[in-house]
Parts: sequence; structure tokens; C-alpha cells
Amino acid sequence: MAIVVERKRLSLLERTYLPQIVSGLFITIKNFFRPKITLEYPDQSPVLPRGYRGSPTLVKDSQGREKCVSCQLCEFVCPSKAIRIYPGEISPNSEYSFIEKAPKEFKIDMTRCIYCGLCEEACPERAIILQNEFSLNGYTRAELVRDKAALYAAGGVIPDKIMKWKKVKDNSELGGSH
Amino acid sequence: MENTFQFFDFAAILGAAECSWCDIALDILLKVVFALASIMVVMCFAGLSVVAERKVCAFIQGRLGPNRTAIPIVAAIPVLGNFLKKNGLMQLVADGLKFLLKEDPLPKHVDKFWYMMAPVMSLSPVLIAACVIPFGAYWSGGAMRPLAAANIDISLVFALAIGSLGVYGSMMAGWSSNSKFPYMGGVRASAQVISYEIAMGLSVLSVVISVAADSSAPLSLFEIGRAQDTLWFCITQPLAALIFLIALFAETNRLPFDVAESEADLVSGFHTEYGSFKFGLFFVGEYGHMVVGSSLFIVLFLGAWNPFPGLSWPESWGWVSALFSFLTFIAKIAMMLFFFIWVRWTLPRFRYDQVMRIGWRVLVPLALLNFTAYLVMASI
Repeated sequence: MAIVVERKRLSLLERTYLPQIVSGLFITIKNFFRPKITLEYPDQSPVLPRGYRGSPTLVKDSQGREKCVSCQLCEFVCPSKAIRIYPGEISPNSEYSFIEKAPKEFKIDMTRCIYCGLCEEACPERAIILQNEFSLNGYTRAELVRDKAALYAAGGVIPDKIMKWKKVKDNSELGGSH
Repeated sequence: MENTFQFFDFAAILGAAECSWCDIALDILLKVVFALASIMVVMCFAGLSVVAERKVCAFIQGRLGPNRTAIPIVAAIPVLGNFLKKNGLMQLVADGLKFLLKEDPLPKHVDKFWYMMAPVMSLSPVLIAACVIPFGAYWSGGAMRPLAAANIDISLVFALAIGSLGVYGSMMAGWSSNSKFPYMGGVRASAQVISYEIAMGLSVLSVVISVAADSSAPLSLFEIGRAQDTLWFCITQPLAALIFLIALFAETNRLPFDVAESEADLVSGFHTEYGSFKFGLFFVGEYGHMVVGSSLFIVLFLGAWNPFPGLSWPESWGWVSALFSFLTFIAKIAMMLFFFIWVRWTLPRFRYDQVMRIGWRVLVPLALLNFTAYLVMASI
């Protein structure tokens, strides 16, 4: 059964609206003098929260080796198909020759990327990392397709103390146990 | 008052009473200059209140408002440029330029003549009404004279009559646009203005009666302003002031009474079909109406050019006093405009039937009651 809620009878003063209008005016004038919450964006940058997912970038380790091994897992997992990897073999003369492959070219189409972070999750080498960069722009679509050089420039170096590849390489060359 | 249509007595100030023809020429020239000056005052205020509207509403909502628009060379001036930019004053220029330079489309389905006339009709009455507003007072030949383009004996009636002609602009726009939303807006605007005109006129009568006690021209705005050098009418007749103020909000189509262009139900009301410069004229007309309306309120109830109740600028100060009286009036207009904007960003809009109910069932009887009560009191 419906419950009838008795409405409060308004007094004559309340029915004139005027006291309510005056109190409303007080509220707005109080807001008028309050500090403003607008962030003047290009002049002030926002404080990004922890775990912010900005644009995906490729990183190198502290010895300057590219961490990506061209396994293409990120390419497969990418839901918007923004990543395209052209794997290539590392020549035996290279310093990093112990690793089999490295990307010949690595492209992320930033007009397609949805910043979901699945590439970062899928990467077994922690080579692709979503960073804090959020303002990407260009005059053409082609400008927004980041190639390998651009991705490394944006990514920088990640300090990696253990350097698994180096350990494995040293062990295989010096005959240590695995 | 010896002649009914007495203008500013320039010849007396400048001592140019020698030759008659140069006197007449000077008189005409000065009248033109003065008319332009009073239009300038209204237009400047209309423009500035657009910026003020945006700034005040932003501040009330915790935002900063327009503060980025910059005109290349002006913005480079060290301190001034930044000041203008931060306070959104260059936004004013940008808005004006936008209205001027935008393509001005003429919809096919409109009645062209009235469609073109409507914006003119909504702006021009405001500018005409502005010429009788005494923006201050000066002393010449031992007598106080108004700082108005035209000092006529019935300036109050003139201002109310001409000022309310602005609603023809809304009606014409609503009808000639040949589309349902403008039509509804026009109908609402006319109904609203007619209803509130009555309450407004009735509330003014009690002021006129009290001025009539010691003045031969009680319908002159100047005489009404002059009668308030001791006590302001908003103190002696608060109910009349309140009714006039509420009616003024309705007359100028400001919130909480802007049912004529309520965006929620009528897209943009009577000016839905307008764009670019014609819309700009409506826009300026609305703010001009606010300026003229608030100066009427100031003259009638807020002590005109007198700074405080019981205090007036002394005659012995001469032109300094005249300047101060003008500045006082300007400051009061600015305060009234702020109040208009402040109320707009505080209150929600009344429903159309509520507007009509407040007008006919509350304000008109109250104004009548106020008037009769005052009549009885005055006759005792």
C-alpha cells in the first residue's frame, strides 16, 4: 500500500519565495569568492594519478640494449590493432647476439591506440610500457604513427639490475651452470 | 519648469549667448554629441555586462571564465595586455567581431521585412529611452540641472513607454520567423511584458505621488531623483521598490523570468532563427534594456546620483560634484547589473504558468494595494 507522505505546509513567508531567494543569493556569492578549481591546462599540468596509462613506449635497459625481442605478443593482444611489428634477426656480430630477434621496425598507430595497457601486461620482457605522456598531436595521420625511433625516444631507459639476457649470455660463454 | 521640452543649457555654461546663429549651431552640435555620449554609456555597459555575465557566472560556478583571448599587438603591452587578457576584456572584441563577420543567413521560410526589422526594433527603443535618463546632475546659474540628453517633464512615462516597445522586437521576431519555437517565445514575451507592465506602472505611482508633494513636475525623472537627496524611496517605499524590481526582471526577460527564450523548452525562444549580426543586435538590445531598466530603478528608488541616503553631493563643489554625481550613477548601474547577473546564476526559471500567476495574482494586487494605501496615507 502506498504511503501518503504529508507535505509540510509552507508558511506565508516561505510562500513569498523571498527568504529562499536571499539564502540562495548568499550561497552563490560565497561560491563567487571561493578559490577556483579550474586547472589552466597548458600553463599548469595536471597531477597524474598513480597507475596512469598514457601512451605506450618502448624502453631500453641500462646498457642501451633494446628490450623487445619481437615476440609479437603485444601485436596479437592489441584489441584495436594499433601495433605492427616487423621482426628481424640479430646479426651474430652484434654485441647482443645471444638474443635471437629484435624488431626491425615497430609501429604504434596512436590514432588507433585505446590506452588499454594490454600490451604492457602481455609483454614477457617488460619492453613496452605505458607512460605518463597524454598529449599527442600532429598535423597528419601519418605523423601520429610512431615508429621505432620515436617509441624509443619517448620511452627512454629503464634501470634493470638483473639483466637476464646478460646473465644467460655470460653463462653460455663462460660455461657456468644454468 | 518654464518650457516643457527643456534641453541641456549649454549656452549658459559656455557663455556663448552673444550671437544667435552660432548659439543654435552649437546647441545642435552639443545635443548630437550628448546623445551619442548617452548611447555610448548604454552600449559600453551592454558590452561590458556581456563579459561580466560570463565572468560572474564562471566565478559562481568555481570556474575562471574567459581569460585566454588575446589580440596580437595589444596583448604584448606589458601590464595592460595581461590585465585585459586575464579579465576577458579582449573576449568582448572577439565576440563583437564574430557577430560582425559571420555569414548572415536569411532563412527561406521567414517573412523577410519583419524578420529584418525585429532586431532593430528590439535595440532602438532602448537607445531612445536612454536619452531621458539623468546620468547625473550639475549646477548652472544657481539651479540644479540633469545630465541628460533630453530633460522632459514626462520623462518617466516616456522611458517606460518607449522602453517597453522593445517587446515588439520579440513579437516580430517570433511571428516572422515562421517556426514554432520562436512563435511560442514571441507569444510568451508579449504576454509576460503586458502583465508585468501593469504592476510596474502601478508601483511607480506611489513614488510619483510623494514627489508631487513638493514638485511641479513629478513625472520627470530628474525631479524624482532630486527628491531623494535625503531619503531614498527604496527606504520609504520598500514594497513599491520590490514590485518594481521584480517587474523589471520580467520586463527585461531575465532569469527567473526568461520564459521567452527558455533554452530548455523553446530551443532559444524568439531568436532561434537568428544568427550573426542580427542575433548580436538582440543580444545587445537585451543588455541595453537591462542598463536602461536598472538606471530607471536607480532614479526611482536607489537615490539616483546621491551617494548615500541622507547625503548628497554639495552644490559648492561645482563641477567636481557634477563629476561625482555621474560616477555615482555609473557605479550604481554597475552594481545593479551585477545584481541582475547574480540573480540569474542563482535562481532556476519559473514555469510559464507560474510567471503569469505571480504577475496577475500577486504583483498586480500588491501594487494596487500599495498604491491605495499610499493614497490614503498621503491624503490623511
